Amino acid sequence: MSSRDYLRQLPSHQRGPSNRDLAFRLHIDAPLLAGLLSIMAYGMFILYSAGGEDINLLMRQGMRFLVGFTAMFVLAQFPPRTFRFWTPLLYGIGLIMLILVLLVGIEAKGAQRWLYIPGFGRFQPSELMKIAVPALAAWFFRDRPLPPSFRDVAIALAIVIVPALLIGKQPDLGTALLIVISGLVILFMAGLSWRIIGAAVAFVAVAAPLMYFNFMHDYQRRRVDTFLNPEADPLGAGWNIIQSKTAIGSGGIDGKGWLNGTQSRLDFLPESSTDFIFAVLAEELGLLGILLLFALYLFVIGRCLWISYHAQDLFSRLLGAGLAITFFIYVLVNVGMVSGLLPVVGVPLPLISYGGTSIVTLLASFGILMSIHTHRSLMG
Amino acid sequence: MRLRDRQRESQIIQTRLVWTLVFVVIVLGALVSRMIWLQWVQHDRFQALADQNRVQTQPIAPPRGVLVDRHGRILADNQPDFSLVVIPEQVRDLDAALNGLRELISIDDDQIERFHTQLKQRRRAWEAIPLRSRLTMEEIALIAEARHEWPGVRIEAEAIRHYPHGDLFSHVIGYVNRINAEDIAAMDEATLANYSGTNFYGRAGIERQYEKRLHGKVGYRKVETNARGRVQQVLEEIPPVPGDEVRLNLDLDVQRAAWDALGSRRGAVIAIDPRDGGVLAFVSRPGFDPNLFVTGISLPDYAAYRDDPDRPLFNRALQGQYPPGSTIKSMMGLAALEAGVTDWQRTIRDPGYFNLPGTTRVFRDWKRGGHGVVNLHTAVVESCDTYFYDAGLKMGIDHIANFLSHFGLGKATGIDIQGEMTGILPSREWKQRARKSAWFHGDTVNTSIGQGYMLTTPLQLAQTMVVSARRGKQITPRVAMNTQPPQPKNHLVLKNPDNWQRMEAALADVLHGQRGTARAAGRGAAYRIAGKSGTAQVFSLASDVEYKKLDVAERLRDHALFVAFAPVDNPAIAVAVLVENGESGGSTAGPVARAVMDAWLLDGKGDLRDLSKPRLQPDKGATP
Repeated sequence: MSSRDYLRQLPSHQRGPSNRDLAFRLHIDAPLLAGLLSIMAYGMFILYSAGGEDINLLMRQGMRFLVGFTAMFVLAQFPPRTFRFWTPLLYGIGLIMLILVLLVGIEAKGAQRWLYIPGFGRFQPSELMKIAVPALAAWFFRDRPLPPSFRDVAIALAIVIVPALLIGKQPDLGTALLIVISGLVILFMAGLSWRIIGAAVAFVAVAAPLMYFNFMHDYQRRRVDTFLNPEADPLGAGWNIIQSKTAIGSGGIDGKGWLNGTQSRLDFLPESSTDFIFAVLAEELGLLGILLLFALYLFVIGRCLWISYHAQDLFSRLLGAGLAITFFIYVLVNVGMVSGLLPVVGVPLPLISYGGTSIVTLLASFGILMSIHTHRSLMG
Repeated sequence: MRLRDRQRESQIIQTRLVWTLVFVVIVLGALVSRMIWLQWVQHDRFQALADQNRVQTQPIAPPRGVLVDRHGRILADNQPDFSLVVIPEQVRDLDAALNGLRELISIDDDQIERFHTQLKQRRRAWEAIPLRSRLTMEEIALIAEARHEWPGVRIEAEAIRHYPHGDLFSHVIGYVNRINAEDIAAMDEATLANYSGTNFYGRAGIERQYEKRLHGKVGYRKVETNARGRVQQVLEEIPPVPGDEVRLNLDLDVQRAAWDALGSRRGAVIAIDPRDGGVLAFVSRPGFDPNLFVTGISLPDYAAYRDDPDRPLFNRALQGQYPPGSTIKSMMGLAALEAGVTDWQRTIRDPGYFNLPGTTRVFRDWKRGGHGVVNLHTAVVESCDTYFYDAGLKMGIDHIANFLSHFGLGKATGIDIQGEMTGILPSREWKQRARKSAWFHGDTVNTSIGQGYMLTTPLQLAQTMVVSARRGKQITPRVAMNTQPPQPKNHLVLKNPDNWQRMEAALADVLHGQRGTARAAGRGAAYRIAGKSGTAQVFSLASDVEYKKLDVAERLRDHALFVAFAPVDNPAIAVAVLVENGESGGSTAGPVARAVMDAWLLDGKGDLRDLSKPRLQPDKGATP
C-alpha cells in the first residue's frame, strides 16, 4: 500500500494537510461549501419571487454573496492559532466601537447601530461582535480546566453580557439575543453543569415578567403584547404576524406554486423579501419546500458540529460549535417569529433573506470553520 | 495528569456536541410540527383568510332614478363630481398633509372634523376617506400639480344628485344627502345589503318618499386586490339595477308660472288637477338650493338659510298653518243650505256688524257700514261676514265641523310628501281636548268666517277646491304619476245636488261679476273661473279697533289667500295661493292664481286648450 493509498483509506479528518485534494489545499471544506451553495441557490430562487421578479435585486444579493465568499475564503487560509492570537484585540476593538456607537453613532429607524469610519463607510460593530464574543469566550477557556469553575463561568458571562448590554441599548434586541446565546453555547460546550443550566432556566422564567414590566422599552413591550395577542390590533402591530401566519397556513402541503403566492405578491405580507421571506417560501412551496430547506440547514449545521467534534484544540472546538449554533439560532428565531411562536425581533433567515451585513458575517464564520477543519495536523 | 485532563475535556465537549445535535434536531422537529399545524391541520382556515384578503366583493351603487315632470323634462339627475380623498396609510404625517391641502384649496373645519369621524369608523385599511367634494376645475389642476408632494391624496369621481332648476322645486322634490349612521341603523339586513355601495339617501320631499323606487338594486364586483386596495383583476361582476325613473304630475311651466307670479313675496302656491288629483305645481317661496345639501352644506351656507327672517327652509305649502278666512265661505254656504238654516232666496240686512244674541258682543264685518240687504249669492260674491256669522250661529259648530271635514280640513290630505301638517278644524271635542274648555257661541261665529281656532295649510285649501270642483267626490293629491294611493270614501252627497251648481255660479261671480272681490283676477280670462279670496289675520285686533293698514308693520299685515278652480263647467285645475302679509286676497293672491291657471289651461295662442289631451305633445320640449 503506497502512502497515498494509505491516506486515501483513512477517514478524511485523519488525512491532514498532506491531502492532495484541490479543495483541501485551498482550505475549503467541500461538503460545507456544497451545503452553503445549495441554501444560497434555493434562497435566490425564493428571492426572485419574493422580490417581485426583480433581477437587479438578485444581482445585488449575488454581490453580497461574492463579498461574503471572499471573506470566507480569505479567513479559511489562516490557521486557527492566528484567530486565537488576534481574538482579544478584535474583542477589545469591538467593545470600543460599541461604546462609540452609543456616543457618536448614526441613527436610523429609531436605533443607533452604525458607526461612520472615514475612508471605510458605514459599519455595524455588533456584526463584528457576533464572531468576537464567542471567539473570546472560546479563547478564555482554551487553557482552563474543564468543567469550568464557578469563577470562570462568571468571567465568561461577563465577556458575553457586557457587549450584549451595549447592543441592547442601541437598541437591537435581536442581535443582543444572538450574541448572548452564542456565548452561552460556549459555556454549555465547556461543560457547564446541568444543575446550573437548570437553575438559569428557572431564573429566566421568573425574571422575564419582571423585565417586561420594569426594564423594557415601550416598543419592545408592544412587540411582546402583539406576540401574545396579535388579533388585538389586526391592522396595526398585529398585521405582520397575522399575514405571515396566513401566508404559511394557506400554502398547505405542496404550496400555491412558485410565483403564485397571493399573500406575498399582492403585498399583504410585509418585509416579504427580508425578514419574512420564510413565509413566501412556505406559501409558494408548501410544507415540502420547508422540509427541503430544513434538511439543507440541518446538513450545514451537522457538518459544522462534525468539524467541531474533530477539531484538535479546545479553542477551535468551542469556537466552531459556538458559530454553528449561532447560525442555527438565526434559523430558529426567524422561523419562530414568522410562524408566530416567538415575538417579532429583526433576525433574518440566514443566507436567504435579502440584504444585511449578516450574510458577510455568516460566511466569514464559515470561513473560520473551514480553517479549523483544513489546518489540522495529521494525528497518529 | 495534563494528558488525562485533555482526554476528559475533549470527552466533555464531544458529549456536549452530541447533546447540541440532539437539541438542534428536537428544535427543528418542533418547527416542523408548527408548520404541520399551520399548513395541514389549520390549512382550510388560513386558505379562507388568504382569500378574504385577496378577494374583495365590492358593491356597485346603482344609478339613482331620474325625476322628470309630466312631460318628461328632467327635474333631478346625476352628474359626475370630483372629490378629494385621502388614503391615510400612504400619508406620512396626516396633520401636516391636511394643513398643506388647506393652504392649497379651501377646506373648512367642518370638513376636517367629518374626515376624522370617518377615519375612526373605517372598516378596512387602505380605504380612501373623502375630504372635500365638488372640486372646481382650478382646484383639480392645483392638486394635480402638487400631487407628488402629497402621496396618498387622490381625486375620485362619483355620480352625485343634481337639481337643474335649483330652488324652484326645492320644497316638493326635496334633496338627497350623504347617508348617515342613523339611516343605516334604521335599515333591516336586506336593505342594508342593498345600500352597501350607496352614498346618498333621500332626505326630504319626493326624494325621501320614493327613496325605494329611486334607489334601485345594488350590483357586486368580485375583484382581486392587493394590500393597498388596488384592483388587480375583476373575477366576477353582477351589474346593478338602476333606480326607476319617477315621472311626476308636476308641470315645469305651471310650477315656474306660480314661482314667477309670487315674485319676491313669501308665500305658497298649490295647483292640482281635480280630474286625477295630480299635483301640477307645488311652490313655497323662498326656496333653497338643494344642490348645496347634496354633498353636505357648509356651516355658513346653512347659517344663512337658518337665520334668514324669510325662513327659506320652511315648507309653507305643506307645513304652514294659516286661518283660512273667507276662502271657506262657499263651503259654509253649502253647509248652511244642507242644514236648512238658509236658502238662496233668504236675505238679511247687514249693518256692518253682528250682535251676538243675548250679549253685547259685536262682530264686525270687513266692510264699514255693511253690505245692506244680502242673499247667499251676494254674501259669497261680496264676502259678507255678517251673513255667515248669522248662518254659522244658526247651524251650530257640530254641523260645521262635520260638513267641512268632507273637504279634507283638519286632517292630512295624504299627499306623497312626508311632514304634512293637519291644520285645525275646530269642534266641541277638539276644544275640550286641546284647550280644556267648553265651546262658546262666539267661537262658532269666528269659525263661520274661517277665523278663531281654525287653521289650514295651503295644500288643504287647494284640496277644498279639488273636492268642490269634483262636487263632493274626494281624491288624494299625488305628486308622482302612476301611484295608487288609498282613496277616501266619505264622499259628500248633498240633499239638493243643484246647490253645487248655484254655488259655482256665485264663486264665478267673485271673479267675473260686477261686484266680485277678485274682479281684477278674472279680467280677460278665456275661461270661467270659480274662486274665493280671503285674508288671514296675523294677529287679532280687538273688535272695536279699526284696522289701519298703514299703521301696521309689514310683517304684521294680514296674509292674502285665494282659492279657485277652472274652467267652472269642466274643472281641470284647482289652485290655492297664499301670500304672506299680502293683505288683499283678491288683488294680491288672485292674480297669482290666474297666472297659474293660464299656464295650465291656455294653448300657445291664448285660447283654452283641448283639456282631454296632454298639454304638450309627448317628447315635445322634453329637453329643459
